Amino acid sequence: MLYNEPSPLEVKILTRRFGLPNSASIDTYLATDGYKAFLKAREMTPEQIIEEVKASNLRGRGGAGFPTGMKWGFVPRQSPKPKYIVVNADEGEPGTCKDRLLMEHDPHQLIEGILIAALAVGARLGYVYIRGEYRYVIGIMDGAIAEAYERGWLGKNIQGTGFDFDLYTHTGAGSYECGEESALLESLEGKRGVPRIRPPFPAVAGLYQCPTVLNNVETFCAIPAILRDGGAAFAALGTPRNGGTRLFCLSGHVNKPGVYELPMGFNLLRMIHEVGGGIPNGKKLKAVIPGGSSCPVLRADECDLAMDFDSVAKAGSMLGSGGVIVMDEDTCMVTALWRIMRFYQHESCGWCIPCREGTTWLKNLMHRIHQGGGRSADIDLVGDVARNMLGRTFCPLGDAAAMPAISFVTKFREEFEDYIKRRSSPLAELVTLGA
Amino acid sequence: MTFSPELEARFEKLLKSYPPGRARSAVIPMLLYAQDELGSVTRELVEEVARRCGVTPLQVDEVVSYYSMLRRKPPGKHHVQICTNISCLLRGADKLWEHATRKLGIGNKETTPDGLFSLEEVECIGACSWAPAIQVNYDYYHGLTVEKFDELIENLRKTGVQ
Repeated sequence: MLYNEPSPLEVKILTRRFGLPNSASIDTYLATDGYKAFLKAREMTPEQIIEEVKASNLRGRGGAGFPTGMKWGFVPRQSPKPKYIVVNADEGEPGTCKDRLLMEHDPHQLIEGILIAALAVGARLGYVYIRGEYRYVIGIMDGAIAEAYERGWLGKNIQGTGFDFDLYTHTGAGSYECGEESALLESLEGKRGVPRIRPPFPAVAGLYQCPTVLNNVETFCAIPAILRDGGAAFAALGTPRNGGTRLFCLSGHVNKPGVYELPMGFNLLRMIHEVGGGIPNGKKLKAVIPGGSSCPVLRADECDLAMDFDSVAKAGSMLGSGGVIVMDEDTCMVTALWRIMRFYQHESCGWCIPCREGTTWLKNLMHRIHQGGGRSADIDLVGDVARNMLGRTFCPLGDAAAMPAISFVTKFREEFEDYIKRRSSPLAELVTLGA
Repeated sequence: MTFSPELEARFEKLLKSYPPGRARSAVIPMLLYAQDELGSVTRELVEEVARRCGVTPLQVDEVVSYYSMLRRKPPGKHHVQICTNISCLLRGADKLWEHATRKLGIGNKETTPDGLFSLEEVECIGACSWAPAIQVNYDYYHGLTVEKFDELIENLRKTGVQ
């Protein structure tokens, strides 16, 4: 099982079963308060469940940080159409590797969160959309779902409560874009993963054009604790309007990379130095991407920062999906941005022109600079192309490419100028990679 | 077209997991699970999946061309996928990639003449905190070094001979 040494600074709510023997089994789950929150929710009205989730200040853990209770509240429960629960387990944002662990170590926590969401909106059927590369995780989820059926926690008349719910896994097949909610729904319907125009939002017209609750794995996994201990208790763990804990994925230049559950608002420098054990070989911090590769980069002097949605937004970046990518003083920012731009160009679905053309231009410009053929005007051109994409694409993938581009060339402009002048950098060994 | 009994059982379960009239939802899982058995998405498979899901072969083809894991040609027996995205890059994935091309003597999306290994540079595989990471077929290998990579390849070569 994939696991890292826990840090004493962690507050383990969603990860409290990690490391227990057979943590993924239903027996372990039931022996540690499992499914009690569902039984409690069954005694509540849908309005009361949604109010409890609203009180928790839980915000979507996939990246956008939208308040979960509010999202559930948008589902028209009087609609005669069937309602669906869809779990976004298409974890693909570079720097993010937490949903995999939540499903691997504690799949029943996810199932219980789904069941509670189903009670809140009156759904009878749900899907866990898991990226295709996570084949072994699909196996674990399928096993847990089978256990839950056998023991009467899924299927008809769950635990004699009269509530029916069916749940299935659904594999993706390699597409970052399918982590975008409307593209995920297209994919789940058997089509290419291209986004839909919104409104209508999935809460009203989601899977098969029916009302759908669609949340990230970690969001659903927070629900059992919220119902069990109360929304207020969960909210109190974090900062105002940013309830609870979150799983931060520390990667890059830290001594102890890993996935750590910390309270919302935890200081970023402490996260790097005290949780992550500092930077290897006594190097200095240069920059951090705080929430997955689509988030604007922060310079070292901007990192004395509370890691919650609002504080990181105020600092000009985003908390995103919790992928904290740490870069030391020897990191070549041209190489880093070049690699990130290659990613977005590869993953653009090609549906809308600003993204399809924009990501290609950004990749080509960065390739030219990286290969030593850049012109000084290229730095502004990267910024111009990116700014012309911002807010003009069908879905957030265009912004996801534009935001790191603008932040890198603005905050590290001198390094880009120097690279172009020297046609290389003392920090970079020229690599060509595959494409 | 006939498949193994296990795959047929999986298909049957798959088609039951979507609401009536929504068999198209099974297209992508069916293609991927069938590809695992056949090695690639063949013309015959496209037509079979189309028939079973009640869509046209063209609707299946447009899916095959979109998703990066679906492929028209079979890879090597051990398909080595190296992530070079940012978190892995910061931990030396560039050097690992260059080493892998030399060690295997092939480039991106190429297969060794004996059909044992193929190599592909892939995007983030969700192993960022255990970087650099690779997948061989569906198996993850974390925290790789050049030495660990060589050891892995030699072990796989042995299983390939058997």
